[in-house]
Amino acid sequence: MQRFKSLTQHTGFAVAVVILALLIVWYLAALWMNGQQLIMTLERTQQPWTYLEIVRNAYGIARPPLPVPHQIAVELYNSIVNQPISSRRSLLYHTIITLNSTLLGFAMGSILGILIAVGIVHNRTLNASLMPWVIASQTVPILAIAPIIVVVLGSINITGILPKAMISMYLSFFPVTIGMVKGLRSADKLHMELMMTYNANSQQMFWKLRWFSAQPYLFASLKIAISAALVGAIVAELPTGAQGGLGARLLSGSYYGQTIQIWAALIMSALLGWFLITMVGLAERWILKRRGAVQ
Amino acid sequence: MNARILTLAALLCLLLQTMLVFQLPIGFYQQPFWLLLLALAVMACVYLMQRLANITSPRSAGAKLSQLLVPALFGFMILMLWESIVRGFNVPLVLMPAPSRIMTTLLNNLPTLWADFQQTYLKAVIAGYLMGCGLGFMTAKWVVRSPFLQKGLLPLGNFMASIPIIGIAPIMVMWFGFDWQSKAAVVVIMTFFPMLINTLAGLKSVDPLHADLMHTYAAGKSQIFFKSQLPQAMPFIFNALKLNSTLALIGAIVAEFFGTPIVGMGFRISAEVGRMNMDMVWATIFVAALAGSLSYGALALLERWLTFWHPSIRDKRS
Repeated sequence: MQRFKSLTQHTGFAVAVVILALLIVWYLAALWMNGQQLIMTLERTQQPWTYLEIVRNAYGIARPPLPVPHQIAVELYNSIVNQPISSRRSLLYHTIITLNSTLLGFAMGSILGILIAVGIVHNRTLNASLMPWVIASQTVPILAIAPIIVVVLGSINITGILPKAMISMYLSFFPVTIGMVKGLRSADKLHMELMMTYNANSQQMFWKLRWFSAQPYLFASLKIAISAALVGAIVAELPTGAQGGLGARLLSGSYYGQTIQIWAALIMSALLGWFLITMVGLAERWILKRRGAVQ
Repeated sequence: MNARILTLAALLCLLLQTMLVFQLPIGFYQQPFWLLLLALAVMACVYLMQRLANITSPRSAGAKLSQLLVPALFGFMILMLWESIVRGFNVPLVLMPAPSRIMTTLLNNLPTLWADFQQTYLKAVIAGYLMGCGLGFMTAKWVVRSPFLQKGLLPLGNFMASIPIIGIAPIMVMWFGFDWQSKAAVVVIMTFFPMLINTLAGLKSVDPLHADLMHTYAAGKSQIFFKSQLPQAMPFIFNALKLNSTLALIGAIVAEFFGTPIVGMGFRISAEVGRMNMDMVWATIFVAALAGSLSYGALALLERWLTFWHPSIRDKRS
């Protein structure tokens, strides 16, 4: 009994229970939604049916309104393991395309964000003129014009990875700028004064003090930035259709009613997002550990 | 005295550049002489911004005005550059329409744009936003009582925050049809998790001393909630509300790329791109940007009004 109680206190147990509950709801909902569609088709063709048959068939339709987890798992397995990576039918092929533009856009956005933040912190005029526009730039639903930027840049022969990466860049520079401005200004006042007594110039002040005080903030923003970059890359792939990527996979799935394919792409993008954030988290731990900031 | 003359010269330079851009025949940068004037005008803008930004004495009327004027001047500089370059180099419409062209298109197509705005914003975004934020709030209020559910739901909520939820759009279009209901459903799902996580963090941030105080007052459950928990959670809730106002607009517009009736901002954007009517596309984007900024601003004002007691807002006022 005591053991059971300590088990229920555990976070993993709580997560497992919630996930189990979600799975049960998922299967029930699939039974209801798919069953209704089955009944409709059967009645249209005026075939006799029993509830038992419906229950038996609800989880095996080719294009169900709501695919169940095991169907998605089979599709994921088939499109990852049973296809060569270079094939357009391989989900991994599309994932790598998306990953490439995400990473390029993320790198460009982070560098741009850091540069803007450095400018804002060191220059009064930039602070007054640019900061309000940086914030306003995020109330513009730029994601909505992502496909256009791809088309427009395509018309002047800039195609491939770069237009998509630019969308990712636009989305990911903002959190980095905001976090870095905060971080660069968060340097300990005592340390700043010490540097001033050493007669340090602003460059030394930056490389020896501010840059380090900003690092925890930088990593917190990088985590937000990389998931924003992924969203940008996926949405930017919507109009390019033929060129591949998880977004293209979503769109073609929605054109042809391949619900299982949509869900597989969705799960893949979720895993990709989770993987990218974990990687940033690991880099954070590694770098902060070297500085002795994390035990 | 010198500074005054320079300021006057800068203002004159700006005026000259603005007038010339609209007077000269299109393609005027084939004579490189005019580029010189553009460079001068940009320098004039930078100079003016510098002068304004260096008004240091706080609380003076001038400082407040400069806070508004400097970003406005920066915006003006960008618009001037944009207009000059597009007109001066005769940039094709497909690539980039000039701001003046966008405004004319906007004014000429007001009824169409209004219908799109109605379909996307007034129906899908507002319905989805209210439902998503409401559901997130209620769930948080319910979950905060049970540590077990918190442990189970928080990692899941954080996981959901890291994934591109926008991908759910094609599925919602399949389930709820082409009309605004499917877009509202996407908005509900996109706004739910930020609201849940933030409200939960807010409700948990209650100072234990305050909780004890409420206990000594023998406050009832609803009294504790409305007088102690809710006010302290307000800054967190408004963070989520502001974040969601942009997310909701993006969600609704992107969801329209997956199928719509022949009205709506997302439909307009994708249809006009197909016909290469870039001025109409930009006009729609302008409407979307305006709607996004205005709703964000309205929420920020509401936050100021409701959480006037919060240190971050009191600091700004003094």
